[in-house]
Amino acid sequence: MRKINTLDIAGIIEDLCKRVNYKLDETVISTIEEASRRESSPIGKRVFSQMLTSYQLAEEEKTPLCQDTGMVSVFLEIGQEVFLKGIPLEEAINTGVRRAYTGSFFRNSIVDDPIGTRRNTLDNTPCIINTRLISGDKINVKLLIKGFGSENATALKMFSPTSSKNDIEEFILDTVRERGPNACPPLFIGVGIGGTADYAVKLSKEALLNLEPMDEWELSILDKINSLRIGPAGLGGDVTALYVNLKTFPTHIAGLPVAININCHILRTGSATI
Amino acid sequence: MTYYLSLPLDEEERIKLKVGDEVFVSGNVYGMRDQAHRRLAELISEGRELPVDICNGSIFYVGPTEPKPGEKVGSIGPTTSSRMDPFTPLLISKGVRVLIGKGKRSKEVINAIKLYKSVYLVTPGGISPYLRQFVLYVKPIAFLDLGPEAIYDIKLEKFPTFVGIDTGGNSL
Repeated sequence: MRKINTLDIAGIIEDLCKRVNYKLDETVISTIEEASRRESSPIGKRVFSQMLTSYQLAEEEKTPLCQDTGMVSVFLEIGQEVFLKGIPLEEAINTGVRRAYTGSFFRNSIVDDPIGTRRNTLDNTPCIINTRLISGDKINVKLLIKGFGSENATALKMFSPTSSKNDIEEFILDTVRERGPNACPPLFIGVGIGGTADYAVKLSKEALLNLEPMDEWELSILDKINSLRIGPAGLGGDVTALYVNLKTFPTHIAGLPVAININCHILRTGSATI
Repeated sequence: MTYYLSLPLDEEERIKLKVGDEVFVSGNVYGMRDQAHRRLAELISEGRELPVDICNGSIFYVGPTEPKPGEKVGSIGPTTSSRMDPFTPLLISKGVRVLIGKGKRSKEVINAIKLYKSVYLVTPGGISPYLRQFVLYVKPIAFLDLGPEAIYDIKLEKFPTFVGIDTGGNSL
């Protein structure tokens, strides 16, 4: 049994929120730099150069990468040999978010009562918390900050179990064609296949947390998305998407849920282990 | 073509802009987004006076971060224009002639742009630290209770955009 004070988790959440709003992960920047060399349209090249300058300015000047400093999603893997002491875990996580957003000149974008008063909570809480128990005595913290230009592009479709890979590809392409231009391309695309409806959506978001090497099917979907020629900022060009990650989970004999979660070019992820 | 233009744009200036042209915009725009649009539409439908003069006006769809102490501009960039589509034809009919945002627009908006010879300019999302270099100040001026969704008076200086929909209704 290892004791961890939940306030330590609050501190880590605070640090991660601050960091990822200013600084992209090196892998994200190198993925974008590499893609920028493939872009041949003059407008697309111009947009890539604006993007790369912007990332640099964000870090140097401590200006948020986007004015939409997002809704925070936290993913915790908690070792079952950990004993959590201190204030309740969810309260601690929201404390971390609150501290990050009230002291950093980030935009508070969260409103309460979504269909009623929509009053701003003024500290960007609550965040979305996902927890999972794993073996061991450590806690893995992962965090994704997404603006709603891209979150609004999310799609879910319940396919019949006899559907083909081709049907899934068409759904992905239709979604990107229809919703991609508004989601600040070039895009990172997470796809969740299987489970239940809610689990497929969760998988599609988790697919954005780590940039793993793409397999053959993912690369072929990426090529097809790029042939849509939506281009950087939706202004036309060779590079519409940067990355496709498909995550699967066993499902029911009668179904095949597929969810798509699109991220803009500033993929704001961070992680830490306690 | 590349143009350096000062707002407001007169009809002659708007007509020469063609889809895909690069336009560096200087001058004042109203920064506003979802809830401010809804409130303006409500005031118009009730025949009441608007808190801002939109005659030959320019709108930038935006909800900036608060500036840090000693700075005039925080992080600032376009939000998704299509969410404003239900209100845009009405605002165009009441005098708005230049729209700045990101992403696609509805058929109704394209028709209104064509009818009133307006223009829709687009600028990339997710590059706020770059774009803020071309913003001189941001001042909340109306609907202050809406916080980041207030109406702002924003002064641009050679702000980089592309023509997304031109006066002929041609779209990127």
